[in-house]
Amino acid sequence: MADGTLLSLRSLSVARGGIEVLSGLDLDVIPGEAVILRGPNGIGKTTLLRSMAGLQLARAGRVEVDAETLVYAGHADGVKPTLSVAENLTFWADVFGVKEIGPALTAFELEALAERPAGALSAGQRRRLGLARLLVTGRKLWLLDEPTVSLDTHAVGMFARAVEAHLAMGGAAVIATHIELGLAQARVVELSPFKAVLPDIDDFNEAFA
Amino acid sequence: MIALTLRDIRLAMRAGGGFGLGLAFFLIVVVLVPFGVGPRADLLAAIAPGILWLGALLACLLSLDRIFALDWEDGSLDLIATSPLPLETVVSAKALAHWLTTGVPLILAAPVLGLLLNLAPGAYGALIVSLLIGTPALSVIGTFGAALTVGLKRGGLLLSLLVLPLYMPTLIFGADMVRRSAMGIEGTVPMLMLVGITCGAIALLPFASAAVLRVNLR
Repeated sequence: MADGTLLSLRSLSVARGGIEVLSGLDLDVIPGEAVILRGPNGIGKTTLLRSMAGLQLARAGRVEVDAETLVYAGHADGVKPTLSVAENLTFWADVFGVKEIGPALTAFELEALAERPAGALSAGQRRRLGLARLLVTGRKLWLLDEPTVSLDTHAVGMFARAVEAHLAMGGAAVIATHIELGLAQARVVELSPFKAVLPDIDDFNEAFA
Repeated sequence: MIALTLRDIRLAMRAGGGFGLGLAFFLIVVVLVPFGVGPRADLLAAIAPGILWLGALLACLLSLDRIFALDWEDGSLDLIATSPLPLETVVSAKALAHWLTTGVPLILAAPVLGLLLNLAPGAYGALIVSLLIGTPALSVIGTFGAALTVGLKRGGLLLSLLVLPLYMPTLIFGADMVRRSAMGIEGTVPMLMLVGITCGAIALLPFASAAVLRVNLR
């Protein structure tokens, strides 16, 4: 891995449910860069992000990343409904060894909701809490899977500003999303060309070999 | 690690957390047994060590599938797995939280329930000590079973089948220790066996649990 590169993919192939979905993917992510992954449903964006995060093994090729630099945020927010917003964030801050949750609450306008149980939040508010978690991790590389689901345009703006601030501090982000975030530094990677071609099976017995 | 243990304890104490579940089950079993057995004080006294240990073990079993299932469903487990905490630490913290929320209340309730079963007066000390030594093993072994079955829908049945054989040595030596002191025989041997099982489980199983958790998350 070259100096300063946060993430390198080398001819990576990933599989979902035993079937190869993406293959031959090369990608480098450097500090200050946001990579937007685009592609139709089922192309393997989530699978790719999970492979980057080390939650899944690559089928072939390599993922070169320091596990101590990344933070992953998937479809599920990992929010505990019986804990308050502040308690949820404080837990993650403790896990990642960060002292202060104030800036994270402010960035996603959650101060007024801090004492409310997370179970009483709306879907969009809960997603904001899930995203605020990123700010209490202190990690450089954000791997985000559809981060703007159930956010309104105002909240999407909040998120875009948080990403911009993160990039300005030398961080980086890989974001799978279908919407335009309006990030100036964003590099769009279209995944369709890397779609894995399934091998032709012309013999019945071969299919079960 | 402390943050994770504290969070799990807090979650267990809040509404719907299942804190009283094991305790209530233990209470029900022990209260019902005298009715089922009939009014024979000598028979009750004879089976009391076994019933108390069995009740505690089943109560422990009841809450096992909550250890990882909830964190798996809401995605927390993925997030924890990518956090700075090693998975070995995570499973140890969760086993500790399970013991504190399930094992400790059982230990505290056991002497009171011993009265209902006409447990011999000399055996109360042995009952508390044996549960104190034995229940951590139940939590650690149970965490291993929960890690094996995480992600399976309705994995509770499989979990029970996997864990029950592993619980047997603890049950045998735990109940034997209480029985011996009830009969006035020295109970050092079963106690040492119990200590050995618990120490072995605490030392080795977190690595096994973390390994199966890694496989299951993939």
